[in-house]
Amino acid sequence: MRNDLSKDALKRLYAVMLTIRRFEERVVSLYPEQEMKCPVHLCIGQEAIAAGVCAHLGTEDYIFSTHRSHGHCIAKGMDLKPIAAELYGRSDGCSRGRGGSMHLADPEHGIPGTSAIVGGCIPLAVGAGLSSVMQGHARVSVAFFGDGAADEGTFHESLNFASLKKLPVVFVCEDNYYATNSPRSARQPDIPIAEKGRGYAIPGITVDGNDVLLVHQAAEEAVMRARSGGGPTLLEFTTYRWKAHVGPNSDIDEGCRPAGAHERWLKKCPLEMFQRYLLEHAAVSAEELERISVRVDREIDEAVVFGKNSPYPDASELTEYV
Amino acid sequence: MATMNMVHAINLALKEEMQRDKDVVILGEDVGRDGGVFRVTEGLLEQFGEARVMDTPLAESGIVGTAIGMAVYGLKPVAEIQFMGFIYPAADQIFNHAARIRSRSRGRYSVPMVIRTPYGVGIRSPEHHSESSEAHFCHMPGIKVVVPSSPYYAKGLLISAIRDPDPVIFLESTRLYRMIKEDVPEGEYTVPLGKARIVQEGGQVTVISWGSMLQKTIKAIEGVDAEVIDLMTLNPFDEEAIFNSVKKTGRAVVVYEAPKTGGFGAEISASIAEDAMLYLKGPIKRVTGYDAVLPLPKLEDYYMPSTERIRKAIDEVMQY
Repeated sequence: MRNDLSKDALKRLYAVMLTIRRFEERVVSLYPEQEMKCPVHLCIGQEAIAAGVCAHLGTEDYIFSTHRSHGHCIAKGMDLKPIAAELYGRSDGCSRGRGGSMHLADPEHGIPGTSAIVGGCIPLAVGAGLSSVMQGHARVSVAFFGDGAADEGTFHESLNFASLKKLPVVFVCEDNYYATNSPRSARQPDIPIAEKGRGYAIPGITVDGNDVLLVHQAAEEAVMRARSGGGPTLLEFTTYRWKAHVGPNSDIDEGCRPAGAHERWLKKCPLEMFQRYLLEHAAVSAEELERISVRVDREIDEAVVFGKNSPYPDASELTEYV
Repeated sequence: MATMNMVHAINLALKEEMQRDKDVVILGEDVGRDGGVFRVTEGLLEQFGEARVMDTPLAESGIVGTAIGMAVYGLKPVAEIQFMGFIYPAADQIFNHAARIRSRSRGRYSVPMVIRTPYGVGIRSPEHHSESSEAHFCHMPGIKVVVPSSPYYAKGLLISAIRDPDPVIFLESTRLYRMIKEDVPEGEYTVPLGKARIVQEGGQVTVISWGSMLQKTIKAIEGVDAEVIDLMTLNPFDEEAIFNSVKKTGRAVVVYEAPKTGGFGAEISASIAEDAMLYLKGPIKRVTGYDAVLPLPKLEDYYMPSTERIRKAIDEVMQY
């Protein structure tokens, strides 16, 4: 493992991962109250990718994301309060309670609105990259998507055009092996998704997406390449979705996944692995981690209270913003 | 003032807007070196360079998706889709993203993008090359749909569309591209979106049309005291202009070349029935294409509303 990151940078990475994990665990515990009336697609088990990639992005850089977007938005710096309020469908939500979990948006953090259309946001990221170049900005545009999106035509159209124009785009595939419940082996020939980059003259690399330091390193190179005019990169991070495709529960008993896989991946928990590293190799003390934990929990407490107390949107808002 | 056809008028609108605003960018298949299938963008590459007049891969969804991303972040892309039948691969991007980003971001982002596409019968080519599927796009909240009927209005409407903060589908009748010439002023003028125009005033029947069908409609009403409305923008459409006219005439005929079922004439007819029914002296009639996939030339002639069919409908309504 690399060891060139400052202790502060390591702690920040940890705090982002922990925030994502704890926020989603809170969603799991609150969901049965039936106050969050929107589908939620949780990324528990995949936190290292959002944290490791977004660590290299500034507020002005762009991210485009999917129905499984909580992690990306949190890692990009979005406040938890408008996210929580949005999940509750309230008027202080980031989309004024009209988008819910799948359509988080935050212009102040370069998030124009996530979407549930698989692969749909990838060409938008290409367009944002093109806009960055044409306007002389050094902004990088990141498209997050799952392995399912690599089935879609927009994925291929986007790689092709981004490469042709050498655009500052980083394609980040979170390969969790499942599109809803269909395994990748039933949908794609058995080659790493990163290798598809070669067909478009885009450097591609497959990296352990549960090891945040490896994610961080791969993303650093890709973001630097994009920012310095070197064109796009296709990053494939292998990971595993702990929860069902949608909803707060597990789908392990439904028989869609091979026996034992879930247990194996639980042992590769990105948070636990990183926590061990911090304690054993980075001179971060248990007390320091505990302080981060307390702060994260407090922020989530406040966000939930904020969300629950926010009013529902007024009926008069229905036809606004069309 | 120069006399020109619709191709030249649209080209002039693009040129002037690109001169005025460096953020206006053109992209699409063959729009650069070739100047587009119908040569609408001819000469713009030479004047504005490859960065602003961009030949793209043959990938409609990618073209429109890229344009959305550009529009969200500061540019004003004008994308061309070669024929309206080719727009369907991009429908996902139009419906699922372009139309919704304003709503998703509660008005903090908009998509100032124009998608120009030739539509309708006009070049003797079946199916995808002759479709008139404006109603699909009118049904999606968040999308504006504009259909000019002459060179003068094409230029003024396109300038408004480019300056509009929201996505506009701009439909150019292939039949009209080189059919009519009229005076088109150089320099800036705009025709507002969402407003219809009264082409001819009259008192006995209101005939509503747009785009390619307007010329035939004007021919068909010879000798009739008819008020002709050119709708120009289909979404949002100018209900007030229609109601005011129907309240005066008590009769309405809608003329368009798309298939009848679920066409935009249905929306207009229903709106009249809802809000001006008590003024009606007879049924509302639609003169349209048929519910058929656009066929080859001989059958195409049968498909298209003719002046005779339009006149027959007007006579029926008048004699009701």
